[in-house]
Amino acid sequence: MNKGMAPRESEGMTPIIKTVALALAVPITVFGLYIIAHGHLTPGGGFPGGAVIATLVALFLIAFGKDIGARALNKKMFSGLETVGLVGFALLAFLGLGSSFFNNFLANSPGLFGMAIPFGPNPGFMWTAGTIPLMNLAIGLEVFAALSLIIILFFTEGEDK
Amino acid sequence: MKKAIKVGVLALLFAFLLASALLMHEFGKPAQTEMDNYFIARGQEETGSNNIVAAVVFDYRGLDTMGEAAVLFAAATGVFLVFRGRKKDE
Repeated sequence: MNKGMAPRESEGMTPIIKTVALALAVPITVFGLYIIAHGHLTPGGGFPGGAVIATLVALFLIAFGKDIGARALNKKMFSGLETVGLVGFALLAFLGLGSSFFNNFLANSPGLFGMAIPFGPNPGFMWTAGTIPLMNLAIGLEVFAALSLIIILFFTEGEDK
Repeated sequence: MKKAIKVGVLALLFAFLLASALLMHEFGKPAQTEMDNYFIARGQEETGSNNIVAAVVFDYRGLDTMGEAAVLFAAATGVFLVFRGRKKDE
């Protein structure tokens, strides 16, 4: 930081905010992943979970400034992640085409996430619900990448050349 | 004349809304419950998901969710397009 001068906008904010942003990175990521992973058991799912993780990108861009932010956060990567999420979601839907589009072919089967659950209240088992957790994961990736991409683009105002 | 039309339209709207409110089904008792009962009775068994909302959003009405995700994708693509190739200080 420049001696005795206010930090320039591109350098980000004070070391306090930078440290707090780094400290918050892990809890925010874990909480977002928890919301995505438990989408079939508790309120939440891919949309809110992805939005929670995308706030981390906004926090980092504000804390570390747009120069560092634009260098560290690759737009092409987020664009690719977004595509992977949406295509993965559509692919999971297509895989059930044996009986119908969006058929939950993994539920109550011996495969992944295929555990059958008893009717009524139960403690909530992770390996249930068939394609729903996988679709939550795909949607979470898509929402996280799309929101991050929008935040990065608006924040850096397209000054990448 | 103009004022009379405005008042007439508002009175008509008021009468319609009042009649709708009086004819509405009782609070907390939906008029049609077949779909709700089906999801409550069969949703857990058919999808294996404890969260019936997730079962509806990602299984029964998955196509709707795919459209939703596609809207977000289109929004991000549009923002990318708007900021495409803008050079610094030129």
